[in-house]
Amino acid sequence: MSQLVLDKLKERFGAAILETHSNFGDDTAVVDAAQWKAIAKFLREDPALDFDLPVDLCGVDYPNRLPRMEVVMHLYSIARHHRVRIKARVGDEDMDGAELDSVVSIWPGFNWLEREVFDMSGVRFRGHPDLRRILMYPEFEGHPLQRTYPADRTQPLVPYRTEDEAGMPLNKLEPFGHDEGMPFGRVGPHPHAEDN
Amino acid sequence: MEPLDIELDEGELELPAEPMHLNMGPSHPAMHGTVRMVLELSGETIAKVDVQVGYLHRGFEKMCERGTWAQVFPYVDRLNYVSPMLNNVGYALAVEKLCGLSVPDRCQWYRMALGELARISDHLTCDGAMAMELGAFTPFLWFIKAREMVWDILEEETGARLTHSFGRIGGMAEPPTPDFKKLCLAALPEILHIVEEGERMLLNNRIFLDRLENVGPISKADAVALGWTGPCLRATGVSYDIRKAHPYLKYDEVDFEVPVGTRGDTLDRFLVRLGEIRQSKRIIEQSLERMADSGPVNCDDPRVVLPPKSEVYTTIEATIQHFKLIMEGAKVPAGEVYSYTEAGNGELGYYLVSDGSGTPYRVRIRPPCFQIVGGVSKLIEGRMLADIVPTFGSLNMIGGECDH
Amino acid sequence: MGDMSNANRSLTIDGSEQGFATTKVDALLGWARKYSLFAYPFITACCGMEFMALNSPRFDLARFGAEAPRFSPRQSDLLWVVGTISQRQGPVLKRIYEQMMEPKWVFAFGTCASSGGFYDNYTTVPGIDKIIPVDVYIPGCPPRPEAVLDGLMLLQDKIARGERRAGVVKPRVDPAEHVKELVQLRRSANDPSELAPGLLAGVRK
Repeated sequence: MSQLVLDKLKERFGAAILETHSNFGDDTAVVDAAQWKAIAKFLREDPALDFDLPVDLCGVDYPNRLPRMEVVMHLYSIARHHRVRIKARVGDEDMDGAELDSVVSIWPGFNWLEREVFDMSGVRFRGHPDLRRILMYPEFEGHPLQRTYPADRTQPLVPYRTEDEAGMPLNKLEPFGHDEGMPFGRVGPHPHAEDN
Repeated sequence: MEPLDIELDEGELELPAEPMHLNMGPSHPAMHGTVRMVLELSGETIAKVDVQVGYLHRGFEKMCERGTWAQVFPYVDRLNYVSPMLNNVGYALAVEKLCGLSVPDRCQWYRMALGELARISDHLTCDGAMAMELGAFTPFLWFIKAREMVWDILEEETGARLTHSFGRIGGMAEPPTPDFKKLCLAALPEILHIVEEGERMLLNNRIFLDRLENVGPISKADAVALGWTGPCLRATGVSYDIRKAHPYLKYDEVDFEVPVGTRGDTLDRFLVRLGEIRQSKRIIEQSLERMADSGPVNCDDPRVVLPPKSEVYTTIEATIQHFKLIMEGAKVPAGEVYSYTEAGNGELGYYLVSDGSGTPYRVRIRPPCFQIVGGVSKLIEGRMLADIVPTFGSLNMIGGECDH
Repeated sequence: MGDMSNANRSLTIDGSEQGFATTKVDALLGWARKYSLFAYPFITACCGMEFMALNSPRFDLARFGAEAPRFSPRQSDLLWVVGTISQRQGPVLKRIYEQMMEPKWVFAFGTCASSGGFYDNYTTVPGIDKIIPVDVYIPGCPPRPEAVLDGLMLLQDKIARGERRAGVVKPRVDPAEHVKELVQLRRSANDPSELAPGLLAGVRK
């Protein structure tokens, strides 16, 4: 991977580029969240960079540090064959201030991706034409991919049947308890952060 | 009827019209999984469409954070469930990129052959289902028969017809069976023959062509701006194929072409997939020729690869290694990586974040058909209701992948 | 949820109904119903691929009379729930079940429909029996078409008996009693390295 992209970014935006690295061959730049849209526009419009394919947008939650949520955007240029990863960190412990500018006007492909990041990680995008949940249902509360959301907290839309109604046992046996299948020595909050 | 004997303007006889809201799905007769389209129709023409996905959201990314790196393989299989081998190989390559491993040559050829078989199965299903939805039931059954041949080979190799979970970090679960080459070389001409029969039946049919030609077109620039990749993008004329642009495994050592369309309409997407089946056959034949008949399939790294069972039962080191790999997981170095391969629908990307332990910190899948379905409104708005069926069918939206 | 008193009135049919003259109307109805099931394929996920394979000529659901898909719940009597049901899909499933008319049966195809599978998380219904009553559960991820056909035959037995209770049913034949008849699919008896002749069925020479 060439250093061209990172060099041009640093040249143009200077202090807004907080860190860069090219570990494992992927050019990455951590940028200031306030400059998100300007950087995106530059990446799209600069003729030497020409990032025309919006590849991916996702959120990664690091609850042990602030800002907590890292929004990661991957871009690709079909003509120039180079890729870049741009990251921005937003949000405090309660996810206040987790907002970024929407880049839908630059690449329409980010429409659904931004909705997904909002749905799963709780980051709002200013200027998005239609920011609502995409994978979860509107009645769902919370943002599932945040590390503090317990993996098995369900919010059923249809109340479950009772065993009396069914006339047979409905809960399957749990031979090993709710720790089954979990690796030893895992790092991070226990996925069952609260009891069912 | 009696003639009217009063003079009326045209406008006074018109009935007031309001757009009609029609709900298609989420339990869809066209077996595409579950998508709900809320349509606003004026007559037969679609004024607006709101495509709602997420009815098959199964929390794949959250589940990956609860197990080990190797326990992700079954989840990954069920993403694009018509070509699970491609997902397996993609994920294995991603973790290997993070670990800095490279698998032996024999394994690379093996992965290519199995992956291309999965791609054939994917394209056969997509085109067959598209034909079925337009009323052509027979080619669907023929393509399913061809798919059964592919699945027989995969079952012989991996033990399962559909969700194999055969990939492993650092190699594959088992080496190729002795009959693998014989089976493939016997089945491939047969599969191609069935594809040709299906083509002859469909592509000379005026009705089939009328329903596909110039239906749901999209321009190159629009498709790229929407993030489309794979056969849907190549149908518009952009020849972006990761196997050629950024070759992985041994794709730079085999000879194949990339079928590219011109107009980006449904017919082109249909034909590009049929073309890709033929190219996949070429790739498989070349891979089998080059694949050694003996030699290791897994790489030699004890940090990620399980030791042979005979040693596990007899030596203490192997027992400990096995125990640590299963219970704690392979300790993948800390860092993040984005690895991409050409799956059945386009660029399948895995963005992995590791904190150095045996449990993944974050596994993000970049599903190719999520972006593609995001562009559906552009394809359908302004067209008629009946055009949704072939258009949506040609996009090959796989629910497991789109809703991950 | 069905008339429980049926279980007392109808005959238990063993053996084949063909050439077996009955005078009980229930037995006749049971026979007619079980061989003419109109399916509502509620397909969501990977099991749908095996469902397609089931309808294809190799495994041929038409032999059982159950191949006719009716995409309206009003016209179908067997609800095939194929694949994972997410919480979002739950109300849809319940609505479709409620719209079907009696007598109706539910077939939980696959592990995700039976128990949620390995998706023990915020978004999956842990088994559709939490939402609707289920008659037959087919485990497997995805189940082989032969397993599904076995389940379908169990369901047919159940329909013939007029039984309306949900849940676990015994297999028709206990495999442990018929060990010698188990079919060897892969190798011929003489030469273990030879391919079994039927493996590439349909391959033209």
